[in-house]
Amino acid sequence: MESHDVIIVGGGPTGLSAARRLTDLGIRNVVVLEREAEAGGIPRHCGHLGFGWQSHRRLWSGPRFAEELRKSAKGLDVRTATTVIELSKDGQLRVQGSSGISEMKARHVLIATGTRETPRSARLVGGSRPQGVMNTGALQQHVYLYHNKPFARPVIIGSELVSFSALLTCRHLGIRPVAMLEENPRISAQRPGDLIARFAFGVPVRTSAKLISIEGRKNVEAVEIERRGKRERIACDGVIFTGLFRPETALFPTGLPSEKFSSAGNASGPLKTSGECWLQGAGAAQDIARRLA
Amino acid sequence: MEQRFDIAVIGGGVVGLALLRRFAIAGLKCVLLERGSDILSGASKGNSALLHTGFDAPPKSLELRCMKAGYAEYLRIRQKLNLPLIESTAIVVAWNEAELTALPGIVEKAHKNGIADVRAISQTELRLKEPELAKNALGGVFVPGEHIIDAWSAPLAYAHQALAHGAVILRNAEVTDGEFTGEEWTLASKQGKITASVVINAAGNFGDLVEAMARPSPFAIKPRKGQVVVFDKPAYKLLRAIVLPVPTARTKGVVLFRTAFGNLAVGPTAEDQDEREIATCDHDTLEKLKSRAVEMIPALAAIDVNAIYAGLRPASDQKDYVIEAVKDRNWITVGGIRSTGLTAALGIADYASQLYEKNFAKLPKKPPEPIWTPVPNLSEGRIRPFMMGGEIVCHCEHVTRGEIAAALEGPLPAGDMGGLKRRTRAMMGRCQGFYCSAHIADITKGRFDGKP
Ligand SMILES: Cc1cc2nc3c(=O)[nH]c(=O)nc-3n(C[C@H](O)[C@H](O)[C@H](O)COP(=O)(O)OP(=O)(O)OC[C@H]3O[C@@H](n4cnc5c(N)ncnc54)[C@H](O)[C@@H]3O)c2cc1C
Ligand SMILES: Cc1cc2nc3c(=O)[nH]c(=O)nc-3n(C[C@H](O)[C@H](O)[C@H](O)COP(=O)(O)OP(=O)(O)OC[C@H]3O[C@@H](n4cnc5c(N)ncnc54)[C@H](O)[C@@H]3O)c2cc1C
Repeated sequence: MESHDVIIVGGGPTGLSAARRLTDLGIRNVVVLEREAEAGGIPRHCGHLGFGWQSHRRLWSGPRFAEELRKSAKGLDVRTATTVIELSKDGQLRVQGSSGISEMKARHVLIATGTRETPRSARLVGGSRPQGVMNTGALQQHVYLYHNKPFARPVIIGSELVSFSALLTCRHLGIRPVAMLEENPRISAQRPGDLIARFAFGVPVRTSAKLISIEGRKNVEAVEIERRGKRERIACDGVIFTGLFRPETALFPTGLPSEKFSSAGNASGPLKTSGECWLQGAGAAQDIARRLA
Repeated sequence: MEQRFDIAVIGGGVVGLALLRRFAIAGLKCVLLERGSDILSGASKGNSALLHTGFDAPPKSLELRCMKAGYAEYLRIRQKLNLPLIESTAIVVAWNEAELTALPGIVEKAHKNGIADVRAISQTELRLKEPELAKNALGGVFVPGEHIIDAWSAPLAYAHQALAHGAVILRNAEVTDGEFTGEEWTLASKQGKITASVVINAAGNFGDLVEAMARPSPFAIKPRKGQVVVFDKPAYKLLRAIVLPVPTARTKGVVLFRTAFGNLAVGPTAEDQDEREIATCDHDTLEKLKSRAVEMIPALAAIDVNAIYAGLRPASDQKDYVIEAVKDRNWITVGGIRSTGLTAALGIADYASQLYEKNFAKLPKKPPEPIWTPVPNLSEGRIRPFMMGGEIVCHCEHVTRGEIAAALEGPLPAGDMGGLKRRTRAMMGRCQGFYCSAHIADITKGRFDGKP
C-alpha cells in the first residue's frame, strides 16, 4: 500500500499552504489529494477582489490568488482529480483516481476539505422545484468559470459576507437581484453591507423577511415571503441561497484520533477568510512537523 | 410522423413503459407518447422505490394481483436488465399499546393475501433487528419480502428493452385529441398525427382526461401528494428494514426507508389536491417529517438532510385500479394506479396483454427470447463506474464524466436536466449542485431544447 508521512485531503488555500510549509520544514513525503481537476479551492471561482493580503501582502482576485497558490506548490506532490472516498480511524484512506480505487496510508492526515453553503433542501424551504435555485458557490462557477448567466433578476437569501460576494458575482454579468432577504431583524454582515447593497448596487435589503416558498413550473417565477406577519410575493427568476456554512466532512467518521488526524481551514471551526485559512494551514503544518519529528 | 402502429401507449410513466415493453417484446409495432420532455415526468419521477409484496393490499383486488405478478416478474428479469434489489425486509412497528393490538390483524390479512412468511415479532426481536429504533417501539410485524429498488433505472430499462424491440418513444408529445374510425385511432399529438389500431391510456394523473377521448371516464383522478425528506449517507447504516406504520383510522403514519443510492428517507405524506402536475413541498410538513424520523431513530438528529421532494400519486375515486378493455373502441384503460405502480407495473402489463388477447387479437404464442438491454448501475453496494477510474464530476454521488456523457447519448438520451439526474444521480447529493451544477450546465449546454 502506498504510504506517506503526511496526506493532505484538499488542495485549497489551507491544504496548499500546509503542503508548502511542511516541505519547507523538511518533511519530504507529503502528498495533497485534490478532487477537482485543478487545485486552488473556492478562490478559483471567487472572481472579485479580496484575496492575497495575509499571505502575499497583495490585493488579488480569487482566481489570481489560486494561481499564486499553485505556483508556490510547484514541485510538490499535488494530485488533482483524486478523491478521498473514505477515511478510517487507523489512518487509512480509500482514494479514487483515474485508474480506479486504491488504498493509501500516512503517519498523519490533514483534513482540509473546506466548507460549502447549505442548499435549499436542507433548509426545508417549500414550494415547487423549478430551475434557477442555487448557492453562491454554484453561481460563481456559472459566472466566472463558464460565463453562463443562469438568471437575470434573482433574490438573494441571507446577508452574510458571502451574500455580498453573490451580489458582486451577479454584477459581473449584469444580473440584477431584485432583493436581498434576511430572516433576522438586522443583516449579518457588518453595518455598511446594507448601504453598499442599496447604494452601490441598487438592491433593496429587506430584514425580518422569511422565505416561505419558491414558485414556478420550469423556471423560478416568484418567492413568497413573510414579513411582520404578512405574506407577500416577490416576482423573480432565480433564488441564491447564501451562507449557512457546512464543513465538507460529512463522509468522514466522527471521533478520529488526534494523533493521526487533524483538520484546518474551513473544514473545521467557524468560517474564515482565505487569508486566515492560508495562515491556519501553515500553523497546522508546524504542529504536524513537530509531531512527526 | 405519419406512421401506423398496432399499439399506441399514452403516458411514459413506469406503467406506460412496462406496457410498451410487454407489447414490443410480443412482436407488436408500438409507439409511446409522453407529454413531458422526458420519460418519468409524472408520478413515476418521485416515489419511495419500494418493491411491495402486497401483504397489506386490499384482498382479492386487481391491485394485489398485479402487485404480486409485478413483484415476481421484477425478480425474474432484474439481473438481465442489471437492476438492483436491496433485500431490506420491512417491519410494521407498533409504537403504543393500541397499535400493538392491531398486529395480529395485519398478519392475518397478509396470510390471506398469500404472503405466508409474514409474522409478528416481539419487542426483543425487534430490538435485535433494529437496534437504532427508539425504545418505545413495542413490537412489530416482520415482512421478509419487502425490498428496495431503483425507481428510475427500472422504467428506463423497460424503455430500452422496448426500443430494442422496435418500439418508438416520442417525448414532448402530448396527445391532445383522438379520432376513432371504427377500425383505428388517429391521435393528434404535439409531434404530429399517430395512427394505431389500439390505444392504451396510461396517462397517470391525467388518465380521466385522456379517457374522455374514448368514453365518459369511469374514474375520476384525485391526485394524492406525498412529501419526502431524504437524509445524508451516514444515515443508511442506522436501519435495515423498511419501517412501516400501523394503519389506523385516525393517524396516517409515515415510512422510514433506505434508498438504493445509500440514503435514508422519511415519508411520504398523503395529501389530496386538485392540481395534477405540480407537487409542492411545504416547510412545516417537512419539519414534521424530519422530527418524526428523529423520534423513531434518535441518532438521525445528528445527520443533515440531503434532499426533499414531493410526488403525486394518480389515485382515483375508485377503490381499485381501473384496468379494462373497451372492445368497441379499441381502447385499453389503465387508470388510477395510485401508490403501488412501481411494483405492479410489470404485472399490469401482463394483465393488459391478456385483455388485449381476449378483446382484440392473439399475441404470438411463444415469442423468441427477448433482447436484454442492461442499464448502467446507479445503486450502492454494486460496482459503479467511478470505481474503475474516470473523472468524477458530481462529488457527493460519485458520478463520472463518462456516466454523464452516456446519459446524453444512445437511443433515449436524457430529455431534460431532471432526466439527466434520474439517469446518473448527479446533483442529488448533500451539496445539491454547489460543486458541480455549473460544470454540468456547461457539459449539457444546448442539449435540452425539447426534441422528440
Ligand atoms: C461561496 C463561497 C464564497 C467565498 N468567498 C470568499 C471570499 O470572497 N473571500 C474569502 O476570503 N473567503 C471566501 N470564502 C471562504 C473560503 O472557504 C476560503 O476563502 C477558503 O477557500 C477556504 O480554504 P480551504 O482550503 O479551507 O477550503 P476550500 O477552498 O474549500 O478547499 C477545499 C478543497 O478540498 C477539496 N476536497 C474536498 N473534499 C475532498 C475529498 N474528499 N477528496 C479530495 N479533495 C477534496 C475541494 O475540491 C477543494 O479544492 C468563500 C466560501 C464560499 C463557500
Ligand atoms: C410519494 C410517492 C411514493 C410512492 N412509493 C411507491 C413505492 O414505494 N412503491 C410503488 O410500487 N409505488 C409507489 N408509488 C406509486 C407509483 O409511483 C405510481 O403508482 C406510478 O408511478 C404510477 O405510474 P403511471 O405510469 O401510472 O403514472 P405516471 O408516472 O404519472 O405516468 C403518466 C404519464 O403520462 C403522461 N401524460 C399525461 N397526459 C398525457 C397526454 N395527454 N399525452 C401524453 N402523455 C401524457 C404524464 O406526463 C406522465 O409522464 C409512490 C408514489 C408517490 C407519489
